[in-house]
Amino acid sequence: MAGQPSPIGQKNKKGQVYTDPWKMMNEAERTPSFFTGSEVIKEAIRRASCDVMIAYPITPQSEAAALIGELFAEGYIGDYFRGESEFAVMSQCAGAAFGGARVFTTTAGPGTMRAMENFPMWAGARLPIQMIVTCRGINSPLSIQPDTLEISYLMQTGMLVWHAETAQDFYDWILKGYMVSEEPDVHLPLALCCDGFFVTHTKDMVDLTPVDMCLPPYDPYRSPVPCMDMECPPVRMMRDPFVMKSNYISYATHASWQQEVWAAVERSRKHAIRWLDGLIDTENTDTDVLVVASGTAVSQSREAIAMLEDEGIQVGLVKVKTLRPWPGEEIREATKHAKHIIVPEFNVAGWLAREVKATIPNNERVHAGPHVCGGMTMPPEIIAAEVKTVLGIKAPSLAGRGG
Amino acid sequence: MSKERIKIAEELFDIMPPEYQDLVKRATFGNEQRGWKDIGNAKELIEEHSLCAGCPESMAFRYILASLPNPEDTVMVGSTGCTSLVFPHVAVHNIHSLFGNQNAIASGLKRALSVRFPGQVKDVVVLAGDGATVDIGLDMTLQAWFRQEKFTTICFDNELYANTGGQESGLMQKGFVAKMAPVGKTFEKVRLPEIARESGCHYVVNCTVSKPNLVEKVIKNAIHIAREIGPTYLQLYTPCILEIGKNSMEGLQEMRDSEKPTERFAYKEYVSEPAKELLAELAAKEKERKAEAKKQLAGQTA
Repeated sequence: MAGQPSPIGQKNKKGQVYTDPWKMMNEAERTPSFFTGSEVIKEAIRRASCDVMIAYPITPQSEAAALIGELFAEGYIGDYFRGESEFAVMSQCAGAAFGGARVFTTTAGPGTMRAMENFPMWAGARLPIQMIVTCRGINSPLSIQPDTLEISYLMQTGMLVWHAETAQDFYDWILKGYMVSEEPDVHLPLALCCDGFFVTHTKDMVDLTPVDMCLPPYDPYRSPVPCMDMECPPVRMMRDPFVMKSNYISYATHASWQQEVWAAVERSRKHAIRWLDGLIDTENTDTDVLVVASGTAVSQSREAIAMLEDEGIQVGLVKVKTLRPWPGEEIREATKHAKHIIVPEFNVAGWLAREVKATIPNNERVHAGPHVCGGMTMPPEIIAAEVKTVLGIKAPSLAGRGG
Repeated sequence: MSKERIKIAEELFDIMPPEYQDLVKRATFGNEQRGWKDIGNAKELIEEHSLCAGCPESMAFRYILASLPNPEDTVMVGSTGCTSLVFPHVAVHNIHSLFGNQNAIASGLKRALSVRFPGQVKDVVVLAGDGATVDIGLDMTLQAWFRQEKFTTICFDNELYANTGGQESGLMQKGFVAKMAPVGKTFEKVRLPEIARESGCHYVVNCTVSKPNLVEKVIKNAIHIAREIGPTYLQLYTPCILEIGKNSMEGLQEMRDSEKPTERFAYKEYVSEPAKELLAELAAKEKERKAEAKKQLAGQTA
């Protein structure tokens, strides 16, 4: 219960020391390690003091979900099992979180869509579940390839939505994510997204925190809603259930709770700024042309910017780290000098460009594209070509673009 | 939860809501002998309800809540439907999240409570309608049983979708004319009690709620077996008097008519071998307790 002595400094049953999270993430010595994205997820969860993880196979998150099972077998996680579908898994996660557990799960593409009914429920019930989304195509015919369209659906659920670029982001943000989403004034689920395969199945150097340090356990009583464990007084919730009533008080109750959920997303801003060192990263924002991107589109943009620099063309970069909360103010400030804003994306709809357009003045400056989807890679050349096109520089024709 | 935790500071007692004062003074928390006979004498865990007048579901709710062996450490999981109008009035923690996912919620909940409170009894009880249990949620109902999740599933079977206005459901009888079954239901009532047995439930009962002592017995059996051994399933006939064209006072007779030996709610029970052993153990303990109480009583009068 609340008021118990701090667990910091105590050891868990695996001998890991519950460590002050800020010290663990920012001051403890890091060990460079060469890992796949899936292995990085496992290493982060090894240090996250998770109570329950629920798994289901879907490419490209199956490997990570199975690796967490190994952590359970080793005794790092309280309970672990395979659910029967993503809809069921997300409900099982909800049940575990209602019961006061720190919960972790992973999903991808069609799984995200199948489970979608759960996500506004998670947010409304204020369950700080963390879900890794390794984005993949959701179109028909069947595709298992990278594509970020599912993120646009998650952005309207009331969940926190972050978009990692690299395996290092992933490692740090899994651990930091719990610290942000479990704050009592936030207490919301987090969808931590990455681009499937590009991040999950490639190897990268990642600096890991010490293996004998872990996050302090989740305290379910630091919550804006009661934990369903019969450890606090079971008063009946309502004299007159407003659930399905057609009257003003019912509407007002539902409306104000939705507003409160979105206000909690906004309140996460200050915590995310502290833990992630800002909601965006910027480079050279005084240039005429800026690229605004999230996920691995940022990495491809870096390559394009380096190529253009060799030709004497200066281009700046804005890396968007959090989509919810949306860094509107930060993007307005970073783009105020730009004449052209290029928004490359791994999806057909261009949801990031739409968000940027809705955020900044003079939004005819936004060039939505290039877009690749269905598993296409995004060669830096097509980003460079887009930049040259808006600058009126004749670019050589690119294969496959009808040139 | 210890009863200590619901105590009110003396200085604040008079400003607490009367039903909370009642909960502290007259609730049967911690009383192992609690049962349906406490109804009307002790604080009930349901006070008002927003169901139709005479609805058999409201009787079922009262009998079940009075019969929970361990309400101070019981969490209930509901689903969408008429039952979701009642749960906000119930004085045990309860969860409504979505329609049909009740057994998935309960699976996660039971596991979280087992991780957080090792060695402590925390009962989880699912209570949902037949649409939630058999139609939209069948997958999760069965999968929880396959996995041998240790909680009780109660289905209030009213043989249709009542809260949405009387549409066909899987547990409806063949031939019944209803909304969405305009020429009569074309297939048989789903035989979930038999499916439950084949799916790994250790205790399955199909009956009506016409007899409170019977409801008390099956609820206690189902919860004790789920706690110690594995999943249990109760299918209770709670007719929707509104949708079958009956009056408020006719619910009880409808249940009595439907539980006759040749009818579809004639009492049916399945108990697995390990569950039989457990029930025999519990019965022996109860006998011992009664003998001890009798001896003490005799000692007092002597």
